Amino acid sequence: MLRIFGKIQRIGIITEPVPRLDEPALSEIGEQLAAHIGELFGGSLAIREVDAGSCNGCELEIHALDNPYYGIERFGVHFVASPRHADMLLVTGPVSRHMEAALRRTYDATPEPRLVIAVGECGANGGEFGTSYASCGAVSNVIPVDAVIRGCPPTPLDLMRGILEAIGRKT
Amino acid sequence: MTPTESFAPFLQRLAAADLICEQQAARGLAPAQLVAVQAEDWGRLGNEASVWGCRWVACWGEDVADAIRISACFEHAGAYLVARTAVPRATPALPSHTPSYPGADRPERHLRDMLGVVFTDHPDARRWTRHQAWKDSEYPLRRDFPAAGRPPAQTPADHQYNFLPAHGSGVYEIPVGPVHAGVIEPGHFRFQAVGETVLNLEERLGYVHKGIEKIAEGRDAGGLARLAGRVSGDSTVAHAWAACMAMEKAARVEVPQRALWLRALMCERERVANHVGDIGAMLNDIAFAFGFIQFARLREQWQRVSREAFGHRFMMDCIVPGGVGVDLDERFISAMRDEADALRKQIGKLMAIVNDLPSVADRVRGAGVLKPEYAKALGCVGYVGRASGMNFDVRRDAPYPPYDRLKVAVPLHHYGDVNARARTRLEEIAASFDLIEALLAGLPAGPIRAGWGAPAPGAEGLGLVEGWRGEIMTFVRFGEDGRIARFFPRDPSWTTWPALELLIHDNIVPDFPVCNKSVNGSYSGHDL
Ligand code: SF4
Repeated sequence: MLRIFGKIQRIGIITEPVPRLDEPALSEIGEQLAAHIGELFGGSLAIREVDAGSCNGCELEIHALDNPYYGIERFGVHFVASPRHADMLLVTGPVSRHMEAALRRTYDATPEPRLVIAVGECGANGGEFGTSYASCGAVSNVIPVDAVIRGCPPTPLDLMRGILEAIGRKT
Repeated sequence: MTPTESFAPFLQRLAAADLICEQQAARGLAPAQLVAVQAEDWGRLGNEASVWGCRWVACWGEDVADAIRISACFEHAGAYLVARTAVPRATPALPSHTPSYPGADRPERHLRDMLGVVFTDHPDARRWTRHQAWKDSEYPLRRDFPAAGRPPAQTPADHQYNFLPAHGSGVYEIPVGPVHAGVIEPGHFRFQAVGETVLNLEERLGYVHKGIEKIAEGRDAGGLARLAGRVSGDSTVAHAWAACMAMEKAARVEVPQRALWLRALMCERERVANHVGDIGAMLNDIAFAFGFIQFARLREQWQRVSREAFGHRFMMDCIVPGGVGVDLDERFISAMRDEADALRKQIGKLMAIVNDLPSVADRVRGAGVLKPEYAKALGCVGYVGRASGMNFDVRRDAPYPPYDRLKVAVPLHHYGDVNARARTRLEEIAASFDLIEALLAGLPAGPIRAGWGAPAPGAEGLGLVEGWRGEIMTFVRFGEDGRIARFFPRDPSWTTWPALELLIHDNIVPDFPVCNKSVNGSYSGHDL
């Protein structure tokens, strides 16, 4: 136990206060995000992530939002296990036809007002997979989409910026 | 020993069993050997191969005008054999390999769904990859099936799949997915349990089937490399490498040394990133948040360096036909060496903490045991196989450049529990650090990309790469104008998904997440 505390103290807080690789600064995006979430969602934005056919690349970057560098939870954003608890759906991948019904049902289970963000090139326009016998392509071909976050995959900062823009547009 | 020599006793054995088998020029399939057999002997071939101790690697089919050509790949002591046969397109039936190799079950059902090949004595008549997006009378990989298909306006849910029923008092079912509670890929798990104990788990996959094999057709080499890099995003380097290796062998393109070394450097970086992230995720699944956060921190630092050096956090699209798309700046040679050193120390310190906690040991020791005989029967590769006594690694046993000039340490464990898989992965991280050091020290100078020349129509190639999940086998055939006629990537997850069903027996339901994470099969790489 002592060693755990020792480690925690030695590493200290690495959550980024200053820009390192990307502009604008993470903290800047985060603060705006927190402000908007405060106004619109009572301080807490619940996101249900739906992989509707992704290659799993986008999921890795969405995961990264929870690592201590980005620590998206501190801005009031958290990922929930059920669409019934969600304010927002973050949908990745070209929608595979085998996931089409599941995505529609997840959308229907999300209470209104709900925001839908299509993530990645695939979510935006089908990406490398396009539309085919197996793929419906863009998320907007299946459910209404409020915003898209481009990139293959979008970086964690792109994701934070995209979420901010989407809720900003809602005001 | 050359492949010809190592399979010679096997071929003699086949001849003694009156199984006619004709050796053919392997060309782009080399170093694998190619033999043709009669369709009616296909099942006997599987049986003989199994008795002789071959591992069954994969099977795939190609629609060639009036016939369906079927190939199966076997491995024995690091040598590969591709067996091939053909069945008439109008009546495409042949015996199955599944009675001899349980691991052939789903791959053969995939082939049946995609090409309409009937395996006469296959023990399971249910579909596998097909849900409801195309009819059971349609076969997407047939030439007359358009890539756009004829899908219904809305594809209904696949609710008529016959899961194994469970009876008896106190037995209940837990259906999970396709949309899971966490940020993970979709698939369906059907648990049958008594109290907390899992009696049986049945997987239903195919939800992220994106038609990868079909939409590969007609692409040029660069387009195929991009698609291969998205077969499974966490293995983008390894899959792109396997596809490029197959294309380069078909086109007889000599890849410059520097490019090969850079590919290996990226591949080892990918291995470290995934193993580090997964060790943290496993700790998260046993509610040890400290470990999760620490390993997530290390993974993030590692990926940032990948981005600085290669321009992408996962090094996507960095491997291109003929070489690599980005060169490594000189300054990263010492920077990456220091980085690997620092990470090695950090992991050492963290593991000293983790290893000291009885509550961690209690959750991972004895959980999710995959018995060595099961791993062997399923032909499990990668860390899942190596934690259950399957002593195989393509980099060491069938070395491709630059690994033919490097020493690859391959960890091996036998107990097959979550702990053994975690240990294997930690030891693989250490082995990758040694490789990274050697790769940086020996990085040859010179060009990073060879010119690309379209191969002759019909040219084929086989790529074999040890990705972080294990052996990836990729088959490519070219058609007219340097366009792809067939692409078949076999992700190692095909061998480990069935293993998950077996290793979860008699474990408690709450241990499923950590058992699953310790295997970490790719849904996308499997569903294609
Ligand atoms: S956008 Fe790129 S990373 Fe995301 S699912 Fe599509 S191919 Fe994968």
